Amino acid sequence: MRRLVSGNEACAEAALRAGIRFFGGYPITPSTEIAELMAEELPRVGGVFMQMEDEIASIMAIVGASAAGVPSMTATSGPGFSLMQEGIGYAAMTEIPVVVVDVMRGGPATGLPTKGSQGDLQQARWGTHGDHPVVVFAPRGVEETFALTLRAVDVSERLRVPVILLTDEFIGHMREIVSFPSRVEVYHRQRPRVASSEYVHYAEENNYNAPYASYGGGYAIHLTGLTHRADGFPINDAPTIRWNNERLRAKIEDNLAYLEDNYIDDDPDADTLIVAVGSSARSAYEAKLLTDKPLAYIRLLTLWPFPDATIHRLARGRKRVVVPEMNDGQLCREVQRCLSGDTELVSVTRNDGSMLTPQEVLEVL
Amino acid sequence: MRTEIRLSGRGGQGLILAGIVLAEACGVYEDKQVVQTQSYGPEARGGASRAEVIISDGQIRYPQAYDPDILVALSQPAFDRFAPKIKKSGLIFADSFYVHTDRKDVVLMPFSETARNEIGREVVTNVVMLGALSAVTDIVKLESLKKALKHRVRSAFLDLNLRAVDAGYKLGKEIWKKRSS
Amino acid sequence: MASAKASGKKHSFTPMVHTYLRMDNRFPHVWCPGCGIGILFAALIHALHELNIPKDKILLASGIGCTSRMPGYLDTDTFHVLHGRALAAATGVKLARPDMEVIVVGGDGDMLAIGGNHFIHAARRNIGITCIVLNNYNYAMTGGQQSPTTPRDMFATTAPYGTIDDPADACSLAEASGAAFVARTTTYNFVQLKRFVKTALSRKGFRLIEVVAQCPTIFGRLNRMPATKDLITWIKGHTVTLEAAKKMDADELRDKIVTGVFVDREVEEYSDRYARLIKKVRNAH
Repeated sequence: MRRLVSGNEACAEAALRAGIRFFGGYPITPSTEIAELMAEELPRVGGVFMQMEDEIASIMAIVGASAAGVPSMTATSGPGFSLMQEGIGYAAMTEIPVVVVDVMRGGPATGLPTKGSQGDLQQARWGTHGDHPVVVFAPRGVEETFALTLRAVDVSERLRVPVILLTDEFIGHMREIVSFPSRVEVYHRQRPRVASSEYVHYAEENNYNAPYASYGGGYAIHLTGLTHRADGFPINDAPTIRWNNERLRAKIEDNLAYLEDNYIDDDPDADTLIVAVGSSARSAYEAKLLTDKPLAYIRLLTLWPFPDATIHRLARGRKRVVVPEMNDGQLCREVQRCLSGDTELVSVTRNDGSMLTPQEVLEVL
Repeated sequence: MRTEIRLSGRGGQGLILAGIVLAEACGVYEDKQVVQTQSYGPEARGGASRAEVIISDGQIRYPQAYDPDILVALSQPAFDRFAPKIKKSGLIFADSFYVHTDRKDVVLMPFSETARNEIGREVVTNVVMLGALSAVTDIVKLESLKKALKHRVRSAFLDLNLRAVDAGYKLGKEIWKKRSS
Repeated sequence: MASAKASGKKHSFTPMVHTYLRMDNRFPHVWCPGCGIGILFAALIHALHELNIPKDKILLASGIGCTSRMPGYLDTDTFHVLHGRALAAATGVKLARPDMEVIVVGGDGDMLAIGGNHFIHAARRNIGITCIVLNNYNYAMTGGQQSPTTPRDMFATTAPYGTIDDPADACSLAEASGAAFVARTTTYNFVQLKRFVKTALSRKGFRLIEVVAQCPTIFGRLNRMPATKDLITWIKGHTVTLEAAKKMDADELRDKIVTGVFVDREVEEYSDRYARLIKKVRNAH
């Protein structure tokens, strides 16, 4: 069925369809519509919407609800996302699945509440202290917001990691014609099948689809943000610290193939590669279509983990790599790591609350 | 073919709702590709407000208007700001009560007065305007607008809105007839 | 403890306490000799046992600090959350699992400074949580910095010339915020402490117990009361009952620890209210 739907509406609808049954949030433009829709819809499906006292409480409430077995989510924008960072680190360390939606707006500080930006690309990866696993998806429009919200919940529940969905004001408030699938597959986290005495909360194995206990399940689990052993209790000796860190890293690195997701439009004759993400990729692709020059193009649907190898392969032997984005060059820095030889890197940025136009990209092509 | 429409005015004039109704009428009930966006300030009422609708036969990538084909201005500041930024072949429709201009190419229409005097509620100015657009351009059919209104407007206010869109359509036809003769 | 176990006395409470502890791998604990936290921990375990609350329905949550290390030792579901955030996380647990008995413990700094906002709003909502604030007048784990409850003119490593701040009152704050049950006691009075914990666990909504406790190693040392006995005597000497306090004026009460039950009212617990909301919404559709 064809419908006119906004990005924020698509996000809320997908979250409900994916089985999110707890939402803790705090009002902030331009993400508020997600909270409002969840407040209306969650009680109808027996779920709970909580307006918490701030964003710190919001992230911790969803961590708590998820630890008690209920798929949980929050949505916010820049200032609130900054406040949530310690909680995101806690979810990463304790391996509690949560989905955090960041509808990006101009920053820093209060910045531009009603105008979009892509200023949180790096904060989404490195916002909390310490090395930590995190998965970040970035849709370019309404239909993809639906699809990637579903995927965010799925990956979060399967891998026991916080997953961040990075949209922006342009996408969140934009309405497009969509037809969502009538059926979606939902993964339900698996409870342990062993006796309480046999159960190890952080078993040494690939996390993908591993069963894990929740509060109230009779397993007397201990969750702590301290560096811990496999049984969850804090420890201070170097080998166990290494084991803990390694485990968190491996859950992303062992699953790279499963997590990576790009749209690639390669052209063997092209001497220029465009690397784009999110809403500004719309202008980048339009620019590609407006010129007769052969161009190679990659758009990252999974921003983190970053597709180093894929970009390296696509950029190899090309003269130039063009990176358009709506910040001061956060994506460009990352692409730079993946280049070798004398490939020239061209950063196209716009950071004034307006959308990057195809013409601005075209100028450098 | 890409058609860009910008609806502009003050916050509280229902421009964003008008944009949504127009986009839904074209996109859902006429099977075209549409993208609807808006820009607004922090004020719930007053301030500057605009909604844009892009209508196309093909996929719409850049979602905002470059230079609109059609501009609607319901306030003087909006008119002053946006009137210079339209396509050469573009059309400007302005509210004859709130906008004053010497430009002869601008189509002045009494949207707000029609809403006030014929429907009795100025709040439906936005819907009168949509009806008039439907009468004088080929971007949307009156029937599609009515279907979209039925979906988007609360049932208690539906009759009011349907009368407004009809009044706007009639107004558009009359003014266009006068203008062409 | 080992000798009590060896003596094999049938009604000695130590074996009962052991069944609530993670005996096999968590001891020795981190607390200093003479610390008041053990007294609260014992009172809590006795209360849980006497009320016969099933162990697999108990969640003990905490933030960061000495008191907040308690969950690591209790053999139930336990949640060692971020500094100040235990009540927010526990709110999520309670709404996800309203059948669970959710207890939050924390120190004065954790609950009233960094966690102050969550404290106010948990009380306002009357979410079904028993919240126990162990007030030892300082940040002990980090070495004795002043906390929101450090009394005037006392010393802390960040108040080397004595505090000039007026202290916060957890009980008044909880009462003003709407909590269902509010009480204060001290580690000197174990019998009252256990009774208050039992009463709190039997009520609905947000329940606060403030427990004034000795911290001889850090707070006591900084304030010339390094022996446990000195500090407990100081606490005892400053304690007045609510009844006695009613006959005293503000000046007399300035440095006193007023103990008793300040609030005990019936409320509808927040998760019950939410369940009712769900029912209403679903019936309407």
